Amino acid sequence: MTPDLDLVPFVPELVLVAAAIVGLLYEALARGPRYPVHLAVALAGIVVASGATLALWRYGGDPTVLAGAIATDRLAVLARLTVLGAAFCGLLLGTHAIERDPAAARGEFFPLLLFATTGMTLIVAAADLIVVFLALEVLSLSLYVLTGLPGRRAASEASLKYFLLGAFSSAFFLYGVAMVYGATGTTRIPEIANALVGRTGEQGLALLAAALLLIGLGFKVSAAPFHMWTPDVYQGAPTSVTAFMSAATKVAAFAALIRVFDVGLQALRWDWTPLVAALAAVSVVLGSVLAIAQADVKRMLAYSSVAHAGFILTGLTASNADGIGASLFYLIAYSAMTIGSFAVVGVTTTRGEDRTDLDAYRGLYRRDPHLAAAMALFLVSLAGVPPTAGFIAKVGVFGAAIGAGYVWLALLGVLASVAAAYVYLRVIVLMFMVEPEEALVSDPAPLPRIAIAIGAAIVLVLGLFPGLVTDLVRSAAVLRW
Amino acid sequence: MSADQLVFWIFAPIAVAGAIGMLLSRNAVHAALFLVVNLFCIAVMYLLLEAPFLFAVQIIVYAGAIMVLFLFVIMLLGVDRGDDLREPLIGQRPLAVILAAAFVVEIAVAVRAGIGFATMAPEGFDAVNRDGNARALARVLFREYFLPFEVTSLLLIVAAVAAMVLAHRRARAVTQAELERLGLLEPPREEAPSP
Amino acid sequence: MDALDWALLVARVVAVFAALLVAVMLTIWFERKVIADFQTRTGPLRAGPRGILITLADGIKLFFKEGILPAMVDRPVYLIAPVIAMLPAFLAFAVVPFGTSVTLFGREVPFQVADLNVGILWILAMTSMGVYAVVLAGWASGSNYPLLGAVRSSAQMISYEVGMGLAIVAVLTYSGELSMTGVIEAQSRVWNVIPQFPAFVVFLIGGLAETNRPPFDLAEAESELVAGFHTEYSGIRFAMFFLGEYLNTVTVAAVATTLFLGGWRGPWFDGFAPWLGPLLWFVVKVVAVLYVFVLIRATLPRMRYDRLMNFGWKVLIPFGLVWVLLTGAVVVLPQEIGRRGVLLAGAAVLGLVLLASFVAPLVQRRREVAS
Repeated sequence: MTPDLDLVPFVPELVLVAAAIVGLLYEALARGPRYPVHLAVALAGIVVASGATLALWRYGGDPTVLAGAIATDRLAVLARLTVLGAAFCGLLLGTHAIERDPAAARGEFFPLLLFATTGMTLIVAAADLIVVFLALEVLSLSLYVLTGLPGRRAASEASLKYFLLGAFSSAFFLYGVAMVYGATGTTRIPEIANALVGRTGEQGLALLAAALLLIGLGFKVSAAPFHMWTPDVYQGAPTSVTAFMSAATKVAAFAALIRVFDVGLQALRWDWTPLVAALAAVSVVLGSVLAIAQADVKRMLAYSSVAHAGFILTGLTASNADGIGASLFYLIAYSAMTIGSFAVVGVTTTRGEDRTDLDAYRGLYRRDPHLAAAMALFLVSLAGVPPTAGFIAKVGVFGAAIGAGYVWLALLGVLASVAAAYVYLRVIVLMFMVEPEEALVSDPAPLPRIAIAIGAAIVLVLGLFPGLVTDLVRSAAVLRW
Repeated sequence: MSADQLVFWIFAPIAVAGAIGMLLSRNAVHAALFLVVNLFCIAVMYLLLEAPFLFAVQIIVYAGAIMVLFLFVIMLLGVDRGDDLREPLIGQRPLAVILAAAFVVEIAVAVRAGIGFATMAPEGFDAVNRDGNARALARVLFREYFLPFEVTSLLLIVAAVAAMVLAHRRARAVTQAELERLGLLEPPREEAPSP
Repeated sequence: MDALDWALLVARVVAVFAALLVAVMLTIWFERKVIADFQTRTGPLRAGPRGILITLADGIKLFFKEGILPAMVDRPVYLIAPVIAMLPAFLAFAVVPFGTSVTLFGREVPFQVADLNVGILWILAMTSMGVYAVVLAGWASGSNYPLLGAVRSSAQMISYEVGMGLAIVAVLTYSGELSMTGVIEAQSRVWNVIPQFPAFVVFLIGGLAETNRPPFDLAEAESELVAGFHTEYSGIRFAMFFLGEYLNTVTVAAVATTLFLGGWRGPWFDGFAPWLGPLLWFVVKVVAVLYVFVLIRATLPRMRYDRLMNFGWKVLIPFGLVWVLLTGAVVVLPQEIGRRGVLLAGAAVLGLVLLASFVAPLVQRRREVAS
């Protein structure tokens, strides 16, 4: 027996790896000004990969290919596109960071970012827990290095923390995979589902596996109480990397979580949805409350990312197409808002990483009205105020939770959103209603502004015309296996 | 008692003792050596389970390569003597012990309840291993699991690039302007052009 | 297995153990005599005929010397290290078939301690364990020169083990076997040394480095590190290191014989003692390989450390990789695309290699000019 070699659903990853390797070779062999070429190669890789992904929307072959390792459903397509979009913006931001500080720049940024993207696009399509784990490691390893790339003290510290805690959580995940194998005798996610369906006996091992897998993935989506690394890493990493990973990692890890739990462990959903609900409740409350106490914008956004992980988990308590659809919509919206806001953080002052405290935002409107307006839009959307994408997303996940009987969780979410609104409004007040004290100048570079414009456009469009994507999201939420 | 069981009962206690010794020894090199002992005993277990390929690979890769590099780093950095192992956060250690014990009990119970402690080889093991364990493994690895296998190579590339990027920091050329800003250099004096 | 089988197994183990000790004794004498020849000296003369018992005399002397335990040593590790130096060398020999078989008490007794079906990997595993002796001895001595020797040699042995492993991979790909008897079976028509000559060279180089023999004896470079990792050892413990090193040398020679030189194969008339011929052939081949080792020691100076690492990583390993690739292509391609395709592929590879050899120096020169 030889495996079926239908490589078509795997083309996006192949393209990304090829682009990354071209970048590595170029970095090793070429001299002179390199960043334009690097950027061109990487962007070309992402665009081609996106095209290949789009072509998969109408893929008519088997639900899984390559000996059951890769899923071909629309969840994989949509999540991949979101990740690729985040990578596109991340590249623009990273190139700008390199232009601003050439001394600390490393050409390996581009291949590493592509490798991280490969890991992410692979994990959202992985239909075998071994591939999920490997993809998780590929993306994590690349992100550890991207975090510490500038070699400054804060970045190195963040990188080390991320690495130590990340390795720890990977071990949990791997342990969970081993337990699944012990319980079902397979690591293919559809086969796990078949093995668990209709089993009446002792489920202890499978439940333990579910808990361990939830810990491993909970770390990656930075759900409380596995969020400890998030503020330090988001703050210490270069802002461009933070923007990329805050969006793309969440999409990737949540897509993996959806596939593992809503396909593989579907039979156990009465056992794991309370766990997910508990994680969601803790994340929402802790993220919102702790964000209030932060004086640094990156830390504040990091805690807000913990809270948003909680909101997305709220949607997943439904464990049906409604919940998955709502969570997917939330992920797309959140990616746009978080990349946009971190992009603004990167250009608020020309001093970049040195000034990420709230004081840098005093009177931003006077200095740079466009930037202030964009930031306000992102913050309003993060707070979940209509007519932005954040509002529609929140309505969706709360609706799904209520439909699944988790009314208390939805109520808690609403309350936490109100509390968190204070955080975002405080920054808006600083930007619009306070006179600037210092002679700070915002960075006029064009590349980050492209990323900001993309993010703002998505936030507005999704907020005003959510119907444009709800159909897509709904068809992606029907998992084929 | 068969020969297999005899070997098991010789090596299993050594493996456990090695693991405990690794945890308890304060000297980093001793800890590494205990780990080598443990890995070696685990390799013997693979041999008993009729997986000779894993046995050899376990020794070559773990005991032979990884642990030697561990020792290499320990020696190079000189972290082997007189480390301060006191915990800066109060209460972490007892808490960790309690939670770890609870975790171990939980796992043991779940495994016992789920599959029991196996007393025989899985069904069809002999048939699969018919023409050699190495061949059987190769067949699985390069057919059913060839994508994971290839992704592993991707992971190794990333790891190699990562290690090089982090370890090999290019000596950074400091510009005159930067030195001035840091106050390390007097501003350049006007000099008469030399003939 | 009944009691007789067990007894035969134990007898085999003891016989191999004793034979290896004698082999080491003779190897040391042989090496000293050959080197003396190269340097127009006579070498050892007094103990036994032509000095053949010199090693025995040395061993007895070392055995009765005082074993000094320096103050700064890490006792348990310091004491274990010499034992580790010997063990893997003995164990590695366990899978080497040094003859066919003989019938004793109605049972067929193979001339091999154990025919493990992953024999080649067992050899690799044991050689990789050999590093520990040097590393631990150097560290446990609590003294600077030994530590330097240990650090050097751990890097060296890990590096060259990769090259040696690649050579072995090429051989096992070519013969399609992981067991040592299988490899010898596969050489019934032509010895591996002919089709796999590059792998043979890589294996010999790697083997020299693995056993810390000149010109790779940087771990004990006397002109730089006093005596390297065993500076602080004396008496019987020093003797164990010495023994371990020569055991390793004999084992590497035996493995090279098995993998590349057809093992015990050789012409012999069937009528008289059919087990004796293979045994003799095996010994003759091992001695031939040992002679090459001694020859290299007598002619080449010790390598500089940076050149050693450069050679290992930038020459030996890439070469080994390419060779494994070519071997794999030669083995697999005929099944896949037929002979014509093999020729085409070979031509393409050759063309690429030529191209690379033209381009690489150009790139390098450009770099040198630029920097």
